[in-house]
Amino acid sequence: MSDVLAFAEQRAGQIGSAAREAVSTAARLAGQLGGSAHVITLGGPGLFESAGALGEVGAASIAVGEHEALVEYNPEGYAQVIADHVRAGDFAAVILPATTVGKDVAPRVAAMLDVPLASDVTSIDVDDGVLSITKPVYSGKAFAHLSVDAVPAMVTIRPNIFPVEQHAAGGAVSTFTPDIDPSAWRIRVIERKAAADGALDVSEATTIVSGGRGMKDPENWGLLESLRDALGPGVALGASRAVVDAGWRPHGEQVGQTGKTVAPKLYFAVGISGAIQHLAGMRTSQTIVAINRDADAPIFGVADYGIVGDLFEILPRLAEEVAALKAAD
Amino acid sequence: MNVTVCVKRVPDTETRVRIDGTGIETTGVKFIVSPYDEFAVEAALRTKEAAGDGAVSLLSLGDASTAESLRAGLAMGADSALLLTADVGLDGLATAKALANELQGSDDALILFGVKAADDDQQQVGPMVATLLNRPCVTGVASFEVQGDMAVCHREVEGGVEVIEVDLPAVLTITKGEYEPRYASLKGIMAAKRKPLEEKEATSVPERLRVDRLSEPPARAAGRIVGEGPDAVPELLRLLREEANAL
Ligand SMILES: Cc1cc2nc3c(=O)[nH]c(=O)nc-3n(C[C@H](O)[C@H](O)[C@H](O)COP(=O)(O)OP(=O)(O)OC[C@H]3O[C@@H](n4cnc5c(N)ncnc54)[C@H](O)[C@@H]3O)c2cc1C
Ligand SMILES: Nc1ncnc2c1ncn2[C@@H]1O[C@H](COP(=O)(O)O)[C@@H](O)[C@H]1O
Repeated sequence: MSDVLAFAEQRAGQIGSAAREAVSTAARLAGQLGGSAHVITLGGPGLFESAGALGEVGAASIAVGEHEALVEYNPEGYAQVIADHVRAGDFAAVILPATTVGKDVAPRVAAMLDVPLASDVTSIDVDDGVLSITKPVYSGKAFAHLSVDAVPAMVTIRPNIFPVEQHAAGGAVSTFTPDIDPSAWRIRVIERKAAADGALDVSEATTIVSGGRGMKDPENWGLLESLRDALGPGVALGASRAVVDAGWRPHGEQVGQTGKTVAPKLYFAVGISGAIQHLAGMRTSQTIVAINRDADAPIFGVADYGIVGDLFEILPRLAEEVAALKAAD
Repeated sequence: MNVTVCVKRVPDTETRVRIDGTGIETTGVKFIVSPYDEFAVEAALRTKEAAGDGAVSLLSLGDASTAESLRAGLAMGADSALLLTADVGLDGLATAKALANELQGSDDALILFGVKAADDDQQQVGPMVATLLNRPCVTGVASFEVQGDMAVCHREVEGGVEVIEVDLPAVLTITKGEYEPRYASLKGIMAAKRKPLEEKEATSVPERLRVDRLSEPPARAAGRIVGEGPDAVPELLRLLREEANAL
């Protein structure tokens, strides 16, 4: 009982970085426990084609559940299939990414298996054969060090924090047809609307350009869009609550206590004061840049790099020079 | 249309956290109803108003001081409240079991939760209770409407919005969306004093996810003001590239 299971979610048949982080984390823990890492992934027919690559990030085996009714996420099907799979195995731990899907399905699976769940953890290790888990609490103002008195230990891990390590390719892929009865489901997804202009979601971006009330007017967002475009792919726009409440930006972009928790490689806070509730959502970002004309703004207390000054002068220059830098690469 | 809302009492989000072993120092700390739970109370009140009949009940697991938070919910307009007294820890499944024990007999069409509690941020108690009660559950609901024997929910997901139908009775966890909580009026505050607020001991459920200790967040390396105004841009980019390896 030293094996570790990871759930790798797919979207549109593709397995994203959060899922690879979960698999790689499972491989690291299994290595420390003296076992191996296994993966379950669920989706439509043909998913096995993209699932094989998970061997390269540490999966010893990859179970691919293929079913027309699992193409899109539905908690009724996913929770049951994952719980059945865990029951049929012998796992010390089960790792899921703390994505929208992972956060939705993990508590259901935990309740079905009657084991506790540590959500959105930022570190997990094996000390003397025992798992030690850390997660932020009080919106990141403290870290709780946890121990689990149940098997398997279930955790969801915060995206963008855990490294993806390359392994010698391997990983036996096997497909199975999940035993599900969609006609009995009490939840039906009747429509999916993509975000306007197909913009990337803050929770998936590796770089976020966030604007606050200092932007003065929603018309000025073009300045942030120029910076986003100059930075290249993988960049999303974020917002403080003040501008979401003002109706300048959609709630989906809000970062913070009552918005999304993000941990990108690079976070720009532009015209954002850095209220504690905003910091709650972004303080585990790897590198934080603040642009604010008030040198005493609390955002400078968490920023790695700051520029004091008028964002309306700084942003155009920044977008221009980033574009020049990228063009030279 | 009867609706139950599960609410948790948490330290105000402005609180300066002082660590005290496995918990925090609570003297001088202001406590509030967890912000998402306030959204859920608002959603429940609007559902009852739209239906034109029914009652909104509040349920909380917590220590004796939690009565104060339930009064706040009653002042917003909820009809009754029940406090299950217990020591609450981080194990969401233990909390869910205590709540589910109480809700087992409930025939309310909707049980609402906040999407997450502002203190432990576990984001799990709602779907756990739903699973224990064998009810369908939609999480992260930004708005919903009851249509006959189902609720039509709008849910934010990465890169878009989902529209979901869920059969009643159901469990929903509420996010900010449209539910800006109303202020309690003076009349509401007076009326709350006469509304039923029952208290009883929770069934005890052992915690299996334990906090061994709390620590300060890892300190971020001291930040640096690179410079003032647009002329600081080249130096910022150099640092992002060469020092932070972020560009
Ligand atoms: C329960 C609760 C939950 C909350 N949840 C969230 C949340 O999820 N996310 C969130 O962000 N907030 C949240 N808040 C709100 C939070 O407390 C702040 O009110 C909010 O973050 C402020 O937004 P802001 O920084 O954009 O605006 P402000 O605080 O008004 O800051 C604007 C900043 O712009 C700077 N500025 C102005 N003009 C310029 C210029 N020309 N050039 C450069 N800089 C300029 C100013 O110096 C100032 O620092 C919450 C609050 C509560 C009570
Ligand atoms: N002790 C509690 N009493 C009542 N409801 C709770 C309690 N703990 C959590 N909840 C509910 O579950 C939601 C999610 O909490 P959590 O899973 O702890 O983030 C909260 O927003 C509340 O609606």
